[in-house]
Amino acid sequence: MKRPIGMPEAQGLYSPRNEKDNCGIGLVADIKGRKSHKIIKQGIQVLEKIEHRGAVGADPKTGDGAGILLQIPDEFFRIELGEKLPIQGEYGVGMMFLPRKSDEILICEGIIEKIVEEENQEVLEWRNVPVDPTHVGETAASTMPVIKQIFIKKNEETTNFELKLYVIRKRIEKAIENSEIKNKDHFYIPSMSSKVIVYKGLLLSDQVSKFYLDLNNKNMKTSIALIHQRYSTNTFPSWDLAQPFRYLAHNGEINTVKGNTNWMTSREPELYNEVLGNEIKKVLPITNPENSDSANLDNVLELLIASGKSLLEAISILVPVAWEKDTGMSKKVKAFYEYYSGIMEPWDGPAALALTDGEQIVATLDRNGLRPARYIVTTDDVIILASEAGTIEIEASKIKENGRLMPGKVLYIDTKKGKFISDEEAKEKMSSKKPYKKWLEKNKKNLAEIKIISKRHTNDLEKIMEKLKTFGYTREDLKEIIAPMAKNEKEPIGSMGNDVALSVLSDNSKLLFMYFKQLFAQVTNPPIDPIRERIVMSLTTNIGVKGNILEDDEDKSKLIELNSPILTNEEMDKIVNLSDENFRGKEIPILFDPIVEKGLEKGLETLFQKVDKVIEEGYNILILSDRNTDEFNAPIPSLLATAAVHHYLIRKKKRNGIDIIIETGEAREVMHFALLIGYGALAVNPYIALDSIEYMIKNKLYLTEGKIKNKEEKYVKAVNKGLLKIMSKMGISTIQSYRGAQIFEILGLKKIFVDKYFTGTISRIEGIGIDIIEKESKLRHKKAYETLRGIHNVLSNEGEYHWRKNGEKHLFSPEVIAKLQDSTRIGDYAEYKEYAELINDQSEKIATIRGLFEFQDKQAIPIEEVESIENIMKRFVTGAMSYGSISQEAHETLAIAMNTIGGKSNSGEGGENPERFKDNRRSAIKQIASGRFGVTTHYLVNADELQIKMAQGAKPGEGGHLPGHKVTETIAKVRYTSPGIDLISPPPHHDIYSIEDLAQLIFDLKNVNEKARVSVKLVSEVGVGTIAAGVSKAHADMILISGHDGGTGAAPLTSIKHTGLPWELGLSETQQVLSMNNLRGRVRIQTDGQMKTGRDVVIASLLGAEEFGFATAPLVVLGCVMMRVCHTNNCPVGVATQNPELRKRFLGKAKYLINYFKFIAQDVREIMSELGFRTIEEMVGKSEKIKMTNAINHWKANGVDISNILYKPTLPKKIATHCVTKQDHGIKNILDRELIKKAKSALENKEKVEFDVDIYNTNRTAGTMLSGEIARRYEAEGLEDDTIKINFKGYAGQSFGTFGMQGITYNLTGQANDYIGKGLFGAKIIIKVPEDANYKAEENVIGGNTILYGAIKGELYLNGIVGERFAVRNSGAYAVVEGIGDHGCEYMTGGRIAVLGKTGRNFAAGMSGGIAYVYDIDSDFDSKINKDMVLVEKLETEKYELEIKEMIEKHLEYTGSNRAKEILDNWSIAKDKFVKVIPPRYKELFEEGKVK
Amino acid sequence: MGKAGGFLEINREEASKRPIQKRVEDYKELYKPFTESYLKSQAARCMDCGVPFCQFACPLGNLCPEWNDFVHKGNWKKALEILEETNNFPEFTGRVCPVLCEGSCVLGLNDKPVTIRNIELSIVEKGWEEGWIKPKLPKIRTKKKVAVVGSGPAGLAAAQQLNRLGHNVTVFERDKKAGGILTYGIPDYKIEKWVVERRIEQIEAEGVKFVYNTNVGIDCSVEELEEKFDAIVLAGGSKLARDLPVYGRELNGIYYAMDYLIQQNVINEGKQIPEKEFINAKNKSVIIIGGGDTGADCLGTALRQGAKKVYQIELLTKPLLDRPQQNPWPNYPQVLKVNTAHEEANELLKENEMEVRQWEILTKEFIGDGKGNLKKIKAIKVEWKEDENGKKQLHELEGTEFELDIDLALLAIGFVHPEHEGLVKNLNLELDGRGNVKANTIDFKTNKEKVFAAGDIRKGQSLVVWAIAEGRGVAEAVDKYLMD
Repeated sequence: MKRPIGMPEAQGLYSPRNEKDNCGIGLVADIKGRKSHKIIKQGIQVLEKIEHRGAVGADPKTGDGAGILLQIPDEFFRIELGEKLPIQGEYGVGMMFLPRKSDEILICEGIIEKIVEEENQEVLEWRNVPVDPTHVGETAASTMPVIKQIFIKKNEETTNFELKLYVIRKRIEKAIENSEIKNKDHFYIPSMSSKVIVYKGLLLSDQVSKFYLDLNNKNMKTSIALIHQRYSTNTFPSWDLAQPFRYLAHNGEINTVKGNTNWMTSREPELYNEVLGNEIKKVLPITNPENSDSANLDNVLELLIASGKSLLEAISILVPVAWEKDTGMSKKVKAFYEYYSGIMEPWDGPAALALTDGEQIVATLDRNGLRPARYIVTTDDVIILASEAGTIEIEASKIKENGRLMPGKVLYIDTKKGKFISDEEAKEKMSSKKPYKKWLEKNKKNLAEIKIISKRHTNDLEKIMEKLKTFGYTREDLKEIIAPMAKNEKEPIGSMGNDVALSVLSDNSKLLFMYFKQLFAQVTNPPIDPIRERIVMSLTTNIGVKGNILEDDEDKSKLIELNSPILTNEEMDKIVNLSDENFRGKEIPILFDPIVEKGLEKGLETLFQKVDKVIEEGYNILILSDRNTDEFNAPIPSLLATAAVHHYLIRKKKRNGIDIIIETGEAREVMHFALLIGYGALAVNPYIALDSIEYMIKNKLYLTEGKIKNKEEKYVKAVNKGLLKIMSKMGISTIQSYRGAQIFEILGLKKIFVDKYFTGTISRIEGIGIDIIEKESKLRHKKAYETLRGIHNVLSNEGEYHWRKNGEKHLFSPEVIAKLQDSTRIGDYAEYKEYAELINDQSEKIATIRGLFEFQDKQAIPIEEVESIENIMKRFVTGAMSYGSISQEAHETLAIAMNTIGGKSNSGEGGENPERFKDNRRSAIKQIASGRFGVTTHYLVNADELQIKMAQGAKPGEGGHLPGHKVTETIAKVRYTSPGIDLISPPPHHDIYSIEDLAQLIFDLKNVNEKARVSVKLVSEVGVGTIAAGVSKAHADMILISGHDGGTGAAPLTSIKHTGLPWELGLSETQQVLSMNNLRGRVRIQTDGQMKTGRDVVIASLLGAEEFGFATAPLVVLGCVMMRVCHTNNCPVGVATQNPELRKRFLGKAKYLINYFKFIAQDVREIMSELGFRTIEEMVGKSEKIKMTNAINHWKANGVDISNILYKPTLPKKIATHCVTKQDHGIKNILDRELIKKAKSALENKEKVEFDVDIYNTNRTAGTMLSGEIARRYEAEGLEDDTIKINFKGYAGQSFGTFGMQGITYNLTGQANDYIGKGLFGAKIIIKVPEDANYKAEENVIGGNTILYGAIKGELYLNGIVGERFAVRNSGAYAVVEGIGDHGCEYMTGGRIAVLGKTGRNFAAGMSGGIAYVYDIDSDFDSKINKDMVLVEKLETEKYELEIKEMIEKHLEYTGSNRAKEILDNWSIAKDKFVKVIPPRYKELFEEGKVK
Repeated sequence: MGKAGGFLEINREEASKRPIQKRVEDYKELYKPFTESYLKSQAARCMDCGVPFCQFACPLGNLCPEWNDFVHKGNWKKALEILEETNNFPEFTGRVCPVLCEGSCVLGLNDKPVTIRNIELSIVEKGWEEGWIKPKLPKIRTKKKVAVVGSGPAGLAAAQQLNRLGHNVTVFERDKKAGGILTYGIPDYKIEKWVVERRIEQIEAEGVKFVYNTNVGIDCSVEELEEKFDAIVLAGGSKLARDLPVYGRELNGIYYAMDYLIQQNVINEGKQIPEKEFINAKNKSVIIIGGGDTGADCLGTALRQGAKKVYQIELLTKPLLDRPQQNPWPNYPQVLKVNTAHEEANELLKENEMEVRQWEILTKEFIGDGKGNLKKIKAIKVEWKEDENGKKQLHELEGTEFELDIDLALLAIGFVHPEHEGLVKNLNLELDGRGNVKANTIDFKTNKEKVFAAGDIRKGQSLVVWAIAEGRGVAEAVDKYLMD
């Protein structure tokens, strides 16, 4: 498969498949279809104004790519080519990137011409596209292709010329790919169409028109210009990954692309429709796994359009809206979506998409609206759409409409008809094409409607012990996993990190599931909150899905719907008993003979044969079952059976139209189900897990009461919830797209094995193969049936969760804990060494990857020459643990110790008592997490480092929930909330849905406190190095790579166990990728995750880290004994508890910690002297000093290959491999410098000042640096209200008024973008419509998304409508707005919101405090509220009435709002239209006068 | 785990004992039966630690948190199942174990540990009471024969485990009854002998053969054993008592503690001891030399026999009431222990000239009455000082010599090593530096093919719980040896 131009081959831990990109998009179009050169100019201008959404790499002149898509500029080409050009529409233009060698160009041209002729079309002309390469960067120039245009004349007989051109392009691509041309990687066709043309390249936005001279030609005209600015994680010079593609420009990321492309491949054999006819064969394969997500989406889009679907249909099929739970949607439209959900799984992930076929324009968002897109329609019918408002400044008087794309709504323009078509109209038309609703009503059934015919099995509890043992159940599985799920209907929670041996290093037999790790979203796309945002989530699964997506007919509505992919035994019976020609199920045993040699492999071969036979016989539901395992038949691991059959069928091109259901006794944990589905299973029946519930109830074992059926149902519900969580972690919202998406990384399986059975999954350190997997299965099987001499009557307890003697090795063993505590208490270095030896020496029992390492090439130097303990200790930090997760005593002791030794402690999320800023209890690192609790301007300026926590090792991709009863008076105080109310941290940062957003937050933080460095915390997983590259480009000063094994105060056990990877992998990948991109020199790297000894530090350093984080070990030093009960508040040693009685038991002292770190530093020095390093700096990245130890002879570990971890790309000396320079944060010449100057007298003497300033969308984060200044001088108090009044005019950039301090009044006339008033800390923000505007403020958009996120206090008045997630996680700000999008007031904990207009869906989700008043103008608000946590009431008492009235009065006063006036003028009637939304607990507090 | 946070609400309560005046009138069990509510609430204190130090400290690896949880929830049967997974004889350890587990209990860090032993004992007694403990017969028999020499806790555990694995086990015991120190040595008021017999019956019912009154190496030849059996497990204990070679040692009235204690066991069996041989403390002034558990057993026995005065002297320093710094948790706490016998002595001994227990006393001389009988003991106070190497050295304190009128002296200063005469010598077994039979704890092999050693004979004098652990360990090793 073709690799993108300039992308290196996979090497070490780097793989080009991990590359990610996010971006900015834009569109300028004349709605009436009038062509002009001005549209191009404006398109280019939009491009330039969103430049900050792109990125540059090490070479400042090379961007990540930009481009523009236009209608074929017929007039221009006619002048260029003259007479020979037929009339418009009768010729097509292909934009060609060709290799640079002249002989290769000729070969390419020859191939192209041949194919055009074979397709009966005529080559008219080759045109050299004039370019000026002086305007590209050095890196871009190195791979710059030769760019030509080919003109193809339509054959008169050709009826569908666009289709023909598509076929020609696909054929050419294949032909060149299969040719012998050496530099064929440089060949690429940006576009080939009779309607549109794409000019793009590896350019910065301002280079596009300078490079492509055509674009400056006045004769070049279009009525549509689609533009794109790319921000890629890497800096490899790739021309073809620039966008737009043939139809679309995409901002976002398709998370499910691996599954989507696999399913597309499976569908290929059956793809057919009349329009395409035989041509379909020529365009296969449709997708290419090497390509980017956007490119693949474009490829499928093209196919659908070529098959005759409209632009809108095609995109609605691929990126459907969240229709399932939408009560407001028309039934007909819903039927369209439901029908297609049976045919195509969604391409899921954040997306703003702009598409055009040259006539129609469609712009839409993903189902959750995770990307921004704003537009303006001018009075002369031009639309300007972009990721930001204000890219082209339009005077207010010339604006007809200010709008934004909304989730679930499409923007649809027909330039031919010259009009806007409303979402309703467009979709109504789309869904009227076929009788989808009728079809579904007639043919589709839900499994619940199907009657049970007969029961296949009776639960044989007599033999359950053997089964449990066969499938490797332990007492912990029953007690810690299944029983709590059946009891509480949710996954069990645990705490502290995972310190057991990796499966491939463990001496115990492990289930195959245990070699897989879940992947999760970080930075480039957001995880979702499956609880609060469940309106976008779906577990609905269909049986009977057909393969040909190109034709819609009644047959495809013959489906059986399952509400969940987890089947009870009863449901399983129903499916087996289906006797319908559409649903023919056949049970296929997945067993192998444990006696014969290579039994497992043979078993799989037999399985394949059976599958072939069964499919041949016409069965379409394969029920893979291990029900019949017995003494002579061992079960094939269910995951292996599922994935093997799935991939076997894909390879054989038989996967399509076949449903795989797995009936297995093995699956019990949520992770198991996720894996089975992730590798292709349609549904899972966990019969033994279900039977075990009955067994437990009957034996009063871990489950003492309750009805069996009820408990089983609860268990299934718990699994469902868990599945939603795992999907949402990756930002995937439907199980249909999760299925087969293989969102996992493998740790410890041989590549050859993986490639065969788990094709496409990453496995980076090799490990065991099928022989050992067989052995592990046989060990379990033997245990189950070797009862004759058995002396054990009960299931074993392997000590996976709780330490057990003879169980799984835990690094924190009793000896280790005891020695660590004693040595640091009495200051005994010799005893510390004994402790370290227990950790380091893993020759007997290996636990970690670094346990396999040994130092080599030692060139000892005297220890006196090694840098001092004190120097080394400056590189030590303690991990982020919030005050709240640990006690005040523990938290402050950590800070005191770290401040004493010159290291840094971390506040964790949840704020910090400002008293501590003044003394040595101050945390040098202040964390910014998704909850933004206590993140005040004052907090931010009192930090040496500001850390953005993107993920946490124990539970990456998940949020947190501190129940109200744990929120004490003091915790509430530092978090700026009220005691007793729930505090929810959302899974994503709502201001980081993509990498350009992260760059924005870094910029915000740098503004508020330019002295502090900004760090970004990532968790190790495959591709983290690539993400780190993007983060380095986003100007982070430091990147922290956390290991999977870090601790937690509370997380689901499956997350603790199965998510994330060891830091050795993540760190090394980061070092490799950053070096390859020449991005390492400008960023420091830190690592953490069960760091315990000096040897750990040295290894981290050799793999590339400059700094080192410790968390669990310091807690142990302070008294933690790994109780793993942090989440219960019952920590018996006063470390992780808020219980005052238990806090008294805290005996930790800073001295102990200081001893510990001194010991570590000394230990490090000793190893350095042995290896020959004088300073840590010298040591960073010297992985050649490590080799795999010979000392280990282990049945599993022997297969591990660590060479990828130790790999070091060969690079010239000029490429820095550790941090040597500082980032350029671009804050030297920002607007705030001017604001600060103008506010000098206010800052210095508290004098009132007022001044005017013009503002543009490129002026981001306005007023934040000024706010930082105020907080530094006047602390949390700030200045008196209105001390600094700034009258802004224009379009404010993102983050307007972020962290705005008490004393500033931002008075903006115009509009603003996303994140207005984020983290507001007392300032007043007013945004009003200019007086000369001719549109109605209350019907037009004035601000973007995620406004007031984490605001603490202050006021905001918005004279218009704003986007999604208004006032998300607001702690205390007051705001008035005239209309908002979806998810308003989400997670709000305090403050007041008045919405004087419409709200979107899911209002008040997770809202635990504060009050929202909504003017329910159309009486439809009720359908938009998420009532899980709030009361919805009338105003009721005067207290509320006065409050809302006063807010509206102020709004009128500040903005002159018409809506406000209207309401106040009719108050006696209007007040009854107000609804108040208030959480019950907050209401109590409010009415008791306990909150303001 | 019992109950989340249970330890915050419930305090440790000790088991109640019969009144002192009453209990010294007989040799019956001291403790009153536990009530169900006591056990359930005490079990609720268990915190189900992430790292259960109790299990770590227990040589058997008892799964205390798991059975505590079952007890708290009232599922006694399941508790028993889990208990039996690691411990063959919980009724012994539940009575006499010095509870290493409780010494390491995490709750003991800053509170009082869980009453693990009481709970353990209750589980197993409940099991016996309910008839849940039945002989567990192997489903199949191997053809392998194993001889176990010695029927103390190590021998019994080894025999039971090997038998359950299907091997044919014969236990050789030189005494009349099985049980070793459990039967002959530990006073009845700590373990009533029916408790031991009950277990032996189970083991016999499972198919283990017992050959009594047979001292292997003397009554039957070692060669015979080697010929008849596929493996031989030596579990003969460490019985050679440590002597006190001071002037006057040969006087009448000076005995080894074990001889004294065994006599009382035999009497309690209902047998007569000839008057001449009978070591009786009645109305006597008794000195017990040695401050350990055996000494305390002598004290309890002497009190029951009606001694007039009893002193227990110890050479070492009096332990502190709380843990010293050099003895941090989770190590076994080296603190002052008050044995039940000491409680009794404190209440009963009114005529003593000084407190029963004395520390840092060195015995200098036994003084006779001129007729060869013990009359007095001469002793001196000592102190322990660290020398330049940090080793504690003994120094006599000048002028502190004193004498006491004594009729009976009992030497309870430990055991040297196993008896070498007979078996050990005949088999030419290699010994370790301390005179114990040399073998490791992985394969338990001695230098002699197919001969294994476990328990005190290998480890030296130790605890019952260690003996059971060794017995289980050797069984596993022997099984591996036989089956591989």
